[in-house]
Amino acid sequence: MKLSLASLAALASCLLLGATLASCSSAGDTASASQESSAAGSAVPELSGTLTVFAAASLKSTFTELATAFETAHPQVKVSLNFDGSATLVTQITQGAPADVFASADTATMAKLSEAKLAAGTPVDFASNVLTLVVPPSNPANIASFADAAKTGTKLVICAPKVPCGAAAQSDATAAGLSLQPVSEELSVTSVLGKVTSGEADAGLVYVTDARAAQDKVTTIPLGLASPTVNEYLIAAVSNSAHADLAAAFIALVTAPEGQKVLQDAGFGAP
Amino acid sequence: MPALVLLSRRSPRRESRNFQAVPRWIFLLAAVGALFIVLPLLGMVAKVDWAHFIPLVTSEASVAALLLSLKTALASTTLCIIFGVPLALLLARTRFTGQGIVRALVLLPLVVPPVVGGLALLYTFGREGLIGSSLQLLGIDIAFSTTAVVMAQAFVALPFLVLSLEGSLRTAGQHYEAVAATLGARPSTVLRRITLPLVLPGLISGSVLAFARSLGEFGATLTFAGSLQGVTRTLPLEIYLQRESDPDAAVALSFLLIAVALVVVVLAYRSPRAPRQATP
Repeated sequence: MKLSLASLAALASCLLLGATLASCSSAGDTASASQESSAAGSAVPELSGTLTVFAAASLKSTFTELATAFETAHPQVKVSLNFDGSATLVTQITQGAPADVFASADTATMAKLSEAKLAAGTPVDFASNVLTLVVPPSNPANIASFADAAKTGTKLVICAPKVPCGAAAQSDATAAGLSLQPVSEELSVTSVLGKVTSGEADAGLVYVTDARAAQDKVTTIPLGLASPTVNEYLIAAVSNSAHADLAAAFIALVTAPEGQKVLQDAGFGAP
Repeated sequence: MPALVLLSRRSPRRESRNFQAVPRWIFLLAAVGALFIVLPLLGMVAKVDWAHFIPLVTSEASVAALLLSLKTALASTTLCIIFGVPLALLLARTRFTGQGIVRALVLLPLVVPPVVGGLALLYTFGREGLIGSSLQLLGIDIAFSTTAVVMAQAFVALPFLVLSLEGSLRTAGQHYEAVAATLGARPSTVLRRITLPLVLPGLISGSVLAFARSLGEFGATLTFAGSLQGVTRTLPLEIYLQRESDPDAAVALSFLLIAVALVVVVLAYRSPRAPRQATP
Protein backbone atom coordinates (compact mmCIF):
# COMPACT_ATOMS: atom_id res chain seq x y z
CA MET A 1 0.00 0.00 0.00
CA LYS A 2 2.69 2.40 1.07
CA LEU A 3 4.83 1.63 -1.95
CA SER A 4 2.08 2.15 -4.46
CA LEU A 5 1.16 5.44 -2.87
CA ALA A 6 4.75 6.58 -2.93
CA SER A 7 5.04 5.66 -6.58
CA LEU A 8 1.78 7.43 -7.25
CA ALA A 9 3.20 10.58 -5.71
CA ALA A 10 6.39 10.16 -7.73
CA LEU A 11 4.36 9.65 -10.88
CA ALA A 12 2.28 12.74 -10.16
CA SER A 13 5.33 14.91 -9.59
CA CYS A 14 6.95 13.50 -12.74
CA LEU A 15 3.85 14.42 -14.68
CA LEU A 16 3.89 17.89 -13.16
CA LEU A 17 7.53 18.56 -13.91
CA GLY A 18 7.63 16.41 -17.02
CA ALA A 19 4.89 18.32 -18.75
CA THR A 20 6.84 21.55 -18.57
CA LEU A 21 10.13 19.92 -19.55
CA ALA A 22 8.53 18.21 -22.52
CA SER A 23 6.95 21.41 -23.73
CA CYS A 24 10.31 23.17 -23.38
CA SER A 25 12.22 20.64 -25.41
CA SER A 26 9.59 19.51 -27.91
CA ALA A 27 10.61 22.13 -30.46
CA GLY A 28 14.21 20.93 -30.44
CA ASP A 29 13.21 17.27 -30.61
CA THR A 30 11.00 17.59 -33.63
CA ALA A 31 13.64 19.69 -35.33
CA SER A 32 16.39 17.08 -34.96
CA ALA A 33 14.01 14.27 -35.92
CA SER A 34 12.95 15.91 -39.14
CA GLN A 35 16.55 16.87 -39.89
CA GLU A 36 17.54 13.20 -39.80
CA SER A 37 14.66 12.11 -42.01
CA SER A 38 15.37 14.76 -44.63
CA ALA A 39 19.09 13.96 -44.65
CA ALA A 40 18.19 10.35 -45.44
CA GLY A 41 15.64 11.37 -48.08
CA SER A 42 17.60 13.68 -50.37
CA ALA A 43 21.19 14.25 -51.32
CA VAL A 44 20.94 18.05 -51.38
CA PRO A 45 20.76 19.31 -47.78
CA GLU A 46 17.35 20.98 -47.69
CA LEU A 47 16.40 23.31 -44.84
CA SER A 48 14.30 21.60 -42.17
CA GLY A 49 13.33 21.88 -38.54
CA THR A 50 11.57 24.43 -36.39
CA LEU A 51 12.72 28.04 -36.46
CA THR A 52 11.73 30.12 -33.44
CA VAL A 53 11.43 33.85 -34.13
CA PHE A 54 11.02 36.42 -31.33
CA ALA A 55 9.80 39.67 -32.84
CA ALA A 56 8.57 43.07 -31.65
CA ALA A 57 4.79 43.28 -31.32
CA SER A 58 4.55 45.86 -34.12
CA LEU A 59 5.89 43.23 -36.55
CA LYS A 60 3.03 40.83 -35.90
CA SER A 61 1.17 41.01 -39.20
CA THR A 62 4.22 41.38 -41.44
CA PHE A 63 6.29 38.64 -39.80
CA THR A 64 3.29 36.29 -39.75
CA GLU A 65 3.02 36.80 -43.52
CA LEU A 66 6.77 36.36 -43.99
CA ALA A 67 6.78 33.20 -41.86
CA THR A 68 4.08 31.69 -44.06
CA ALA A 69 6.10 32.59 -47.15
CA PHE A 70 9.19 31.01 -45.57
CA GLU A 71 7.29 27.81 -44.76
CA THR A 72 5.97 27.66 -48.33
CA ALA A 73 9.48 28.05 -49.74
CA HIS A 74 10.86 25.43 -47.34
CA PRO A 75 8.18 22.77 -46.78
CA GLN A 76 10.31 20.96 -44.16
CA VAL A 77 10.47 24.06 -42.00
CA LYS A 78 8.03 25.14 -39.32
CA VAL A 79 8.28 28.73 -38.06
CA SER A 80 7.24 29.38 -34.48
CA LEU A 81 6.56 33.06 -33.75
CA ASN A 82 6.55 34.92 -30.44
CA PHE A 83 5.45 38.57 -30.45
CA ASP A 84 5.79 40.89 -27.46
CA GLY A 85 7.43 44.15 -26.42
CA SER A 86 11.07 44.16 -27.56
CA ALA A 87 12.38 44.62 -24.01
CA THR A 88 10.30 41.71 -22.71
CA LEU A 89 11.58 39.46 -25.48
CA VAL A 90 15.25 40.32 -24.95
CA THR A 91 14.83 39.58 -21.23
CA GLN A 92 13.31 36.21 -22.08
CA ILE A 93 16.20 35.39 -24.44
CA THR A 94 18.89 36.34 -21.92
CA GLN A 95 17.03 34.21 -19.34
CA GLY A 96 17.36 31.23 -21.66
CA ALA A 97 14.25 31.25 -23.84
CA PRO A 98 14.91 29.19 -27.00
CA ALA A 99 14.95 31.80 -29.77
CA ASP A 100 16.78 31.48 -33.09
CA VAL A 101 16.05 34.96 -34.46
CA PHE A 102 15.34 38.21 -32.64
CA ALA A 103 13.83 41.30 -34.28
CA SER A 104 13.64 44.44 -32.13
CA ALA A 105 11.74 47.68 -32.64
CA ASP A 106 14.70 49.87 -31.66
CA THR A 107 18.47 49.89 -31.51
CA ALA A 108 18.70 50.17 -27.70
CA THR A 109 16.95 46.85 -27.15
CA MET A 110 19.06 45.04 -29.73
CA ALA A 111 22.13 46.45 -27.96
CA LYS A 112 21.06 44.51 -24.86
CA LEU A 113 21.22 41.26 -26.83
CA SER A 114 24.67 42.18 -28.15
CA GLU A 115 25.84 43.12 -24.63
CA ALA A 116 24.77 39.67 -23.44
CA LYS A 117 26.93 38.24 -26.27
CA LEU A 118 23.85 36.50 -27.65
CA ALA A 119 23.70 38.26 -31.03
CA ALA A 120 25.43 36.31 -33.82
CA GLY A 121 27.33 38.88 -35.88
CA THR A 122 26.20 42.47 -36.41
CA PRO A 123 22.43 43.03 -36.25
CA VAL A 124 20.93 44.11 -39.58
CA ASP A 125 18.78 47.23 -39.93
CA PHE A 126 15.73 46.07 -41.92
CA ALA A 127 12.94 48.64 -41.45
CA SER A 128 12.01 51.92 -39.83
CA ASN A 129 8.89 53.38 -38.29
CA VAL A 130 7.69 56.87 -37.39
CA LEU A 131 4.85 58.13 -35.23
CA THR A 132 1.61 59.64 -36.44
CA LEU A 133 -1.42 61.20 -34.83
CA VAL A 134 -4.62 59.15 -34.84
CA VAL A 135 -8.12 60.27 -33.84
CA PRO A 136 -11.43 58.39 -33.66
CA PRO A 137 -13.35 58.58 -36.98
CA SER A 138 -15.90 60.91 -35.30
CA ASN A 139 -13.01 63.20 -34.25
CA PRO A 140 -14.83 64.51 -31.13
CA ALA A 141 -12.23 67.19 -30.35
CA ASN A 142 -11.97 68.44 -33.96
CA ILE A 143 -8.27 67.84 -34.21
CA ALA A 144 -6.60 68.82 -37.45
CA SER A 145 -2.95 69.08 -36.47
CA PHE A 146 -0.33 67.95 -33.94
CA ALA A 147 -0.69 71.34 -32.21
CA ASP A 148 -4.44 70.77 -31.70
CA ALA A 149 -3.70 67.50 -29.92
CA ALA A 150 -1.34 69.27 -27.51
CA LYS A 151 -3.99 71.79 -26.42
CA THR A 152 -5.18 71.76 -22.81
CA GLY A 153 -8.42 69.83 -22.39
CA THR A 154 -7.72 67.48 -25.27
CA LYS A 155 -7.73 63.84 -24.17
CA LEU A 156 -4.39 62.91 -25.68
CA VAL A 157 -2.99 59.43 -25.00
CA ILE A 158 0.66 58.58 -25.62
CA CYS A 159 3.14 55.89 -24.55
CA ALA A 160 5.00 56.32 -21.25
CA PRO A 161 8.40 57.99 -21.80
CA LYS A 162 10.17 54.79 -20.71
CA VAL A 163 8.59 52.83 -23.58
CA PRO A 164 10.25 53.36 -27.03
CA CYS A 165 7.09 54.84 -28.59
CA GLY A 166 6.84 57.25 -25.63
CA ALA A 167 10.42 58.39 -26.04
CA ALA A 168 9.71 59.03 -29.72
CA ALA A 169 6.55 60.97 -28.82
CA GLN A 170 8.51 63.25 -26.48
CA SER A 171 11.22 64.00 -29.01
CA ASP A 172 8.63 64.60 -31.75
CA ALA A 173 6.88 67.06 -29.44
CA THR A 174 10.17 68.82 -28.77
CA ALA A 175 10.84 68.98 -32.50
CA ALA A 176 7.42 70.57 -33.05
CA GLY A 177 7.94 72.98 -30.14
CA LEU A 178 4.95 71.54 -28.28
CA SER A 179 4.49 70.45 -24.71
CA LEU A 180 2.21 67.42 -24.48
CA GLN A 181 -0.33 67.10 -21.66
CA PRO A 182 -1.51 63.51 -21.97
CA VAL A 183 -4.41 62.15 -19.90
CA SER A 184 -2.71 58.77 -19.94
CA GLU A 185 0.76 57.40 -20.61
CA GLU A 186 0.13 53.83 -21.70
CA LEU A 187 2.55 50.96 -21.28
CA SER A 188 2.40 49.86 -24.92
CA VAL A 189 1.54 51.37 -28.27
CA THR A 190 -1.31 48.88 -28.70
CA SER A 191 -2.94 50.27 -25.54
CA VAL A 192 -2.75 53.78 -27.03
CA LEU A 193 -4.42 52.55 -30.20
CA GLY A 194 -7.08 50.74 -28.15
CA LYS A 195 -7.95 53.93 -26.24
CA VAL A 196 -8.44 55.75 -29.57
CA THR A 197 -10.38 53.02 -31.39
CA SER A 198 -12.73 52.63 -28.39
CA GLY A 199 -13.41 56.38 -28.52
CA GLU A 200 -12.12 57.02 -24.98
CA ALA A 201 -9.35 59.31 -26.16
CA ASP A 202 -9.57 62.32 -28.46
CA ALA A 203 -6.19 61.56 -30.00
CA GLY A 204 -3.22 59.25 -29.70
CA LEU A 205 0.34 58.99 -30.96
CA VAL A 206 1.05 55.61 -32.55
CA TYR A 207 3.33 54.22 -35.24
CA VAL A 208 2.22 54.70 -38.84
CA THR A 209 2.11 50.90 -39.18
CA ASP A 210 -0.37 50.65 -36.26
CA ALA A 211 -2.49 53.39 -37.81
CA ARG A 212 -2.51 51.61 -41.16
CA ALA A 213 -3.38 48.26 -39.52
CA ALA A 214 -6.33 49.86 -37.71
CA GLN A 215 -7.76 50.80 -41.13
CA ASP A 216 -11.03 52.77 -40.84
CA LYS A 217 -11.21 52.50 -37.04
CA VAL A 218 -9.02 55.61 -36.82
CA THR A 219 -8.34 58.71 -38.87
CA THR A 220 -4.67 59.42 -39.41
CA ILE A 221 -3.31 62.96 -39.17
CA PRO A 222 0.36 63.36 -40.19
CA LEU A 223 2.56 65.11 -37.63
CA GLY A 224 4.03 67.27 -40.40
CA LEU A 225 7.54 67.29 -38.96
CA ALA A 226 10.59 68.07 -41.09
CA SER A 227 12.69 65.47 -39.27
CA PRO A 228 10.51 63.06 -37.27
CA THR A 229 11.98 60.62 -34.79
CA VAL A 230 12.71 57.40 -36.63
CA ASN A 231 12.75 54.05 -34.86
CA GLU A 232 15.11 51.59 -36.57
CA TYR A 233 14.18 47.91 -36.59
CA LEU A 234 17.07 45.47 -36.24
CA ILE A 235 17.21 41.73 -36.74
CA ALA A 236 19.86 39.25 -35.62
CA ALA A 237 20.36 35.52 -35.24
CA VAL A 238 20.74 34.38 -31.63
CA SER A 239 24.27 33.06 -31.17
CA ASN A 240 23.40 29.89 -29.24
CA SER A 241 20.77 28.88 -31.80
CA ALA A 242 20.80 25.25 -32.96
CA HIS A 243 19.39 26.33 -36.31
CA ALA A 244 21.91 28.86 -37.60
CA ASP A 245 21.17 27.86 -41.22
CA LEU A 246 17.43 28.47 -40.79
CA ALA A 247 18.04 31.75 -38.96
CA ALA A 248 20.32 33.03 -41.74
CA ALA A 249 17.78 32.05 -44.40
CA PHE A 250 14.95 33.81 -42.58
CA ILE A 251 16.98 37.01 -42.09
CA ALA A 252 17.88 36.86 -45.81
CA LEU A 253 14.15 36.72 -46.64
CA VAL A 254 13.36 39.72 -44.40
CA THR A 255 16.11 41.85 -45.98
CA ALA A 256 15.47 40.63 -49.55
CA PRO A 257 13.20 42.68 -51.89
CA GLU A 258 10.34 40.24 -51.23
CA GLY A 259 10.47 40.80 -47.46
CA GLN A 260 11.00 44.53 -47.85
CA LYS A 261 7.88 44.76 -50.03
CA VAL A 262 5.76 43.11 -47.32
CA LEU A 263 7.14 45.50 -44.70
CA GLN A 264 6.72 48.62 -46.81
CA ASP A 265 3.18 47.63 -47.82
CA ALA A 266 2.39 47.66 -44.09
CA GLY A 267 3.72 51.19 -43.75
CA PHE A 268 7.29 50.56 -42.58
CA GLY A 269 9.96 52.84 -43.96
CA ALA A 270 13.11 51.63 -45.71
CA PRO A 271 15.99 50.86 -43.31
CA MET B 1 -7.65 0.24 10.53
CA PRO B 2 -10.25 -1.75 12.59
CA ALA B 3 -8.04 -1.37 15.67
CA LEU B 4 -8.01 2.36 15.23
CA VAL B 5 -11.77 2.49 14.99
CA LEU B 6 -12.08 0.44 18.17
CA LEU B 7 -9.63 2.64 20.00
CA SER B 8 -11.38 5.80 18.94
CA ARG B 9 -14.68 4.36 20.09
CA ARG B 10 -13.25 3.61 23.50
CA SER B 11 -11.90 7.08 24.23
CA PRO B 12 -12.79 9.46 21.42
CA ARG B 13 -11.30 12.59 22.93
CA ARG B 14 -7.76 11.27 23.46
CA GLU B 15 -7.68 9.35 20.24
CA SER B 16 -8.85 12.29 18.19
CA ARG B 17 -5.75 14.11 19.38
CA ASN B 18 -3.37 11.34 18.36
CA PHE B 19 -5.18 10.16 15.28
CA GLN B 20 -3.43 11.13 12.09
CA ALA B 21 -6.25 12.09 9.74
CA VAL B 22 -4.23 12.34 6.52
CA PRO B 23 -2.07 9.65 4.93
CA ARG B 24 1.63 10.41 4.78
CA TRP B 25 1.86 10.73 1.00
CA ILE B 26 -0.49 13.68 1.24
CA PHE B 27 2.31 15.56 3.01
CA LEU B 28 4.60 15.06 0.03
CA LEU B 29 2.10 16.45 -2.46
CA ALA B 30 1.19 19.26 -0.09
CA ALA B 31 4.87 20.13 0.27
CA VAL B 32 5.24 20.31 -3.54
CA GLY B 33 2.19 22.56 -3.65
CA ALA B 34 3.50 24.84 -0.92
CA LEU B 35 6.96 25.02 -2.49
CA PHE B 36 5.41 25.94 -5.82
CA ILE B 37 4.00 29.07 -4.16
CA VAL B 38 6.93 29.85 -1.86
CA LEU B 39 9.88 29.28 -4.21
CA PRO B 40 9.01 32.04 -6.71
CA LEU B 41 8.57 34.44 -3.79
CA LEU B 42 12.01 33.47 -2.50
CA GLY B 43 13.37 33.87 -6.01
CA MET B 44 12.05 37.41 -6.05
CA VAL B 45 13.38 38.24 -2.56
CA ALA B 46 16.80 36.96 -3.66
CA LYS B 47 16.73 39.45 -6.53
CA VAL B 48 16.06 42.48 -4.31
CA ASP B 49 18.92 44.99 -4.40
CA TRP B 50 18.95 45.71 -0.66
CA ALA B 51 21.68 48.34 -0.86
CA HIS B 52 19.45 50.53 -3.00
CA PHE B 53 16.10 49.32 -1.69
CA ILE B 54 15.14 52.53 0.11
CA PRO B 55 16.04 54.91 -2.75
CA LEU B 56 14.28 52.60 -5.23
CA VAL B 57 10.98 52.50 -3.32
CA THR B 58 11.07 56.16 -2.30
CA SER B 59 11.53 57.64 -5.78
CA GLU B 60 8.88 60.19 -6.72
CA ALA B 61 7.12 57.83 -9.13
CA SER B 62 7.14 54.94 -6.62
CA VAL B 63 5.73 57.00 -3.76
CA ALA B 64 3.05 58.46 -6.03
CA ALA B 65 2.08 54.95 -7.14
CA LEU B 66 2.05 53.57 -3.58
CA LEU B 67 -0.06 56.43 -2.22
CA LEU B 68 -2.48 56.17 -5.13
CA SER B 69 -2.76 52.41 -4.61
CA LEU B 70 -3.49 52.77 -0.88
CA LYS B 71 -5.98 55.58 -1.49
CA THR B 72 -7.89 53.80 -4.26
CA ALA B 73 -7.84 50.41 -2.49
CA LEU B 74 -9.33 52.01 0.63
CA ALA B 75 -12.01 53.72 -1.44
CA SER B 76 -12.91 50.56 -3.33
CA THR B 77 -13.00 48.52 -0.11
CA THR B 78 -15.43 51.07 1.33
CA LEU B 79 -17.60 50.70 -1.78
CA CYS B 80 -17.42 46.91 -1.44
CA ILE B 81 -18.61 47.11 2.19
CA ILE B 82 -21.47 49.51 1.39
CA PHE B 83 -22.81 47.36 -1.46
CA GLY B 84 -21.37 43.95 -0.60
CA VAL B 85 -22.86 43.57 2.89
CA PRO B 86 -26.46 43.96 1.65
CA LEU B 87 -25.72 41.56 -1.21
CA ALA B 88 -24.31 38.95 1.17
CA LEU B 89 -27.31 39.40 3.52
CA LEU B 90 -29.77 38.87 0.67
CA LEU B 91 -27.91 35.81 -0.55
CA ALA B 92 -27.55 34.23 2.90
CA ARG B 93 -30.77 35.23 4.67
CA THR B 94 -33.48 35.39 2.03
CA ARG B 95 -34.90 33.21 -0.71
CA PHE B 96 -36.06 34.66 -3.98
CA THR B 97 -36.42 33.40 -7.52
CA GLY B 98 -33.23 33.73 -9.49
CA GLN B 99 -31.10 33.81 -6.34
CA GLY B 100 -28.74 31.23 -7.83
CA ILE B 101 -28.31 33.35 -10.93
CA VAL B 102 -27.66 36.49 -8.86
CA ARG B 103 -25.00 34.67 -6.83
CA ALA B 104 -23.33 33.32 -9.96
CA LEU B 105 -23.28 36.78 -11.56
CA VAL B 106 -21.91 38.48 -8.45
CA LEU B 107 -19.11 35.93 -8.26
CA LEU B 108 -18.35 36.19 -11.99
CA PRO B 109 -15.50 38.72 -11.59
CA LEU B 110 -13.61 36.01 -9.66
CA VAL B 111 -13.30 33.85 -12.74
CA VAL B 112 -13.38 36.41 -15.54
CA PRO B 113 -9.92 37.70 -16.54
CA PRO B 114 -9.50 41.26 -15.19
CA VAL B 115 -8.80 42.59 -18.67
CA VAL B 116 -12.26 41.36 -19.70
CA GLY B 117 -13.70 43.14 -16.66
CA GLY B 118 -11.89 46.30 -17.76
CA LEU B 119 -13.35 46.04 -21.25
CA ALA B 120 -16.83 45.47 -19.81
CA LEU B 121 -16.45 48.61 -17.66
CA LEU B 122 -15.15 50.52 -20.68
CA TYR B 123 -18.13 49.60 -22.82
CA THR B 124 -20.48 50.51 -19.99
CA PHE B 125 -19.01 53.60 -18.33
CA GLY B 126 -16.64 54.68 -21.11
CA ARG B 127 -17.27 57.78 -23.16
CA GLU B 128 -19.18 55.86 -25.82
CA GLY B 129 -20.47 53.21 -23.43
CA LEU B 130 -23.97 52.11 -22.45
CA ILE B 131 -24.24 54.47 -19.47
CA GLY B 132 -21.11 56.54 -20.06
CA SER B 133 -22.61 58.39 -23.01
CA SER B 134 -25.48 59.61 -20.79
CA LEU B 135 -23.09 60.50 -17.96
CA GLN B 136 -21.11 62.47 -20.52
CA LEU B 137 -24.19 64.65 -21.13
CA LEU B 138 -24.42 65.31 -17.39
CA GLY B 139 -20.82 66.44 -17.45
CA ILE B 140 -19.53 63.36 -15.64
CA ASP B 141 -16.38 62.02 -17.23
CA ILE B 142 -15.03 58.83 -15.70
CA ALA B 143 -12.40 57.84 -18.24
CA PHE B 144 -8.75 58.47 -17.26
CA SER B 145 -9.74 59.51 -13.72
CA THR B 146 -8.98 58.09 -10.29
CA THR B 147 -12.70 57.23 -10.09
CA ALA B 148 -12.16 54.78 -12.95
CA VAL B 149 -9.37 53.08 -10.96
CA VAL B 150 -11.63 52.73 -7.90
CA MET B 151 -14.42 51.30 -10.06
CA ALA B 152 -12.11 48.76 -11.67
CA GLN B 153 -10.86 47.68 -8.24
CA ALA B 154 -14.35 47.46 -6.72
CA PHE B 155 -15.50 45.38 -9.70
CA VAL B 156 -12.89 42.69 -9.12
CA ALA B 157 -12.88 42.88 -5.29
CA LEU B 158 -16.60 42.81 -4.52
CA PRO B 159 -17.01 39.00 -4.87
CA PHE B 160 -14.30 38.43 -2.25
CA LEU B 161 -16.28 40.35 0.36
CA VAL B 162 -19.65 38.87 -0.62
CA LEU B 163 -18.33 35.30 -0.66
CA SER B 164 -16.53 35.65 2.66
CA LEU B 165 -19.44 37.34 4.43
CA GLU B 166 -22.08 35.00 3.03
CA GLY B 167 -20.09 32.05 4.38
CA SER B 168 -19.87 33.69 7.82
CA LEU B 169 -23.58 34.46 7.85
CA ARG B 170 -24.45 30.85 7.04
CA THR B 171 -22.05 29.48 9.64
CA ALA B 172 -23.35 31.84 12.32
CA GLY B 173 -26.91 30.68 11.75
CA GLN B 174 -30.13 32.52 12.57
CA HIS B 175 -30.64 31.31 16.14
CA TYR B 176 -29.88 34.58 17.95
CA GLU B 177 -31.59 36.62 15.26
CA ALA B 178 -34.80 34.58 15.74
CA VAL B 179 -34.63 35.03 19.52
CA ALA B 180 -34.12 38.79 19.18
CA ALA B 181 -37.04 39.01 16.77
CA THR B 182 -39.37 37.12 19.17
CA LEU B 183 -38.33 39.59 21.87
CA GLY B 184 -39.68 42.35 19.64
CA ALA B 185 -36.57 43.69 17.95
CA ARG B 186 -37.16 45.27 14.54
CA PRO B 187 -35.24 43.86 11.54
CA SER B 188 -32.88 46.86 11.47
CA THR B 189 -32.18 46.47 15.19
CA VAL B 190 -31.51 42.74 14.75
CA LEU B 191 -29.12 43.53 11.91
CA ARG B 192 -27.27 46.18 13.93
CA ARG B 193 -27.25 44.53 17.35
CA ILE B 194 -27.10 40.81 16.52
CA THR B 195 -26.21 39.88 12.95
CA LEU B 196 -23.36 42.29 12.21
CA PRO B 197 -21.55 41.86 15.58
CA LEU B 198 -21.87 38.08 15.14
CA VAL B 199 -20.26 38.06 11.68
CA LEU B 200 -17.83 40.91 12.33
CA PRO B 201 -14.77 38.63 11.98
CA GLY B 202 -16.07 37.43 8.63
CA LEU B 203 -16.77 41.00 7.56
CA ILE B 204 -13.26 42.05 8.55
CA SER B 205 -11.58 39.17 6.75
CA GLY B 206 -13.75 39.78 3.69
CA SER B 207 -12.86 43.47 3.72
CA VAL B 208 -9.19 42.68 4.11
CA LEU B 209 -9.32 40.29 1.15
CA ALA B 210 -11.16 42.89 -0.93
CA PHE B 211 -8.51 45.46 0.03
CA ALA B 212 -5.72 43.07 -0.97
CA ARG B 213 -7.39 42.28 -4.27
CA SER B 214 -7.86 46.02 -4.96
CA LEU B 215 -4.22 46.66 -4.16
CA GLY B 216 -3.13 44.06 -6.70
CA GLU B 217 -5.57 45.05 -9.44
CA PHE B 218 -3.84 45.47 -12.79
CA GLY B 219 -5.69 44.27 -15.87
CA ALA B 220 -9.01 46.04 -15.40
CA THR B 221 -7.29 49.28 -14.35
CA LEU B 222 -4.99 49.27 -17.36
CA THR B 223 -7.87 48.60 -19.75
CA PHE B 224 -10.41 50.96 -18.20
CA ALA B 225 -8.51 53.76 -16.47
CA GLY B 226 -5.25 54.24 -18.33
CA SER B 227 -1.93 55.06 -16.73
CA LEU B 228 -0.81 58.49 -15.53
CA GLN B 229 1.44 59.15 -12.56
CA GLY B 230 -0.50 60.23 -9.48
CA VAL B 231 -3.88 59.88 -11.22
CA THR B 232 -4.32 56.34 -12.49
CA ARG B 233 -0.90 54.66 -12.31
CA THR B 234 -1.20 52.36 -9.30
CA LEU B 235 1.63 50.27 -7.88
CA PRO B 236 1.08 47.20 -10.13
CA LEU B 237 1.06 49.45 -13.22
CA GLU B 238 4.21 51.20 -12.03
CA ILE B 239 5.89 47.81 -11.54
CA TYR B 240 4.90 46.74 -15.05
CA LEU B 241 6.28 49.98 -16.46
CA GLN B 242 9.54 49.83 -14.49
CA ARG B 243 10.06 46.16 -15.36
CA GLU B 244 11.45 47.06 -18.79
CA SER B 245 13.56 50.12 -18.04
CA ASP B 246 14.58 49.57 -14.42
CA PRO B 247 14.19 45.93 -13.33
CA ASP B 248 15.76 46.66 -9.91
CA ALA B 249 13.06 49.20 -9.11
CA ALA B 250 10.39 46.77 -10.34
CA VAL B 251 11.74 44.05 -8.02
CA ALA B 252 11.94 46.41 -5.05
CA LEU B 253 8.36 47.60 -5.59
CA SER B 254 7.19 44.01 -6.08
CA PHE B 255 8.75 43.10 -2.75
CA LEU B 256 6.93 46.01 -1.14
CA LEU B 257 3.63 44.82 -2.62
CA ILE B 258 4.27 41.22 -1.51
CA ALA B 259 5.08 42.42 2.02
CA VAL B 260 1.85 44.43 2.22
CA ALA B 261 -0.14 41.52 0.77
CA LEU B 262 1.44 39.09 3.25
CA VAL B 263 0.49 41.25 6.23
CA VAL B 264 -3.04 41.50 4.87
CA VAL B 265 -3.38 37.76 4.22
CA VAL B 266 -2.02 36.86 7.67
CA LEU B 267 -4.59 39.20 9.22
CA ALA B 268 -7.39 37.71 7.13
CA TYR B 269 -6.37 34.10 7.74
CA ARG B 270 -6.77 34.33 11.51
CA SER B 271 -10.39 35.34 11.46
CA PRO B 272 -12.29 32.46 9.75
CA ARG B 273 -12.17 30.53 13.04
CA ALA B 274 -13.92 33.23 14.99
CA PRO B 275 -17.44 32.86 13.55
CA ARG B 276 -17.39 29.14 14.35
CA GLN B 277 -16.65 29.88 18.00
CA ALA B 278 -19.55 32.28 18.05
CA THR B 279 -21.95 29.59 16.87
CA PRO B 280 -24.08 28.25 19.71
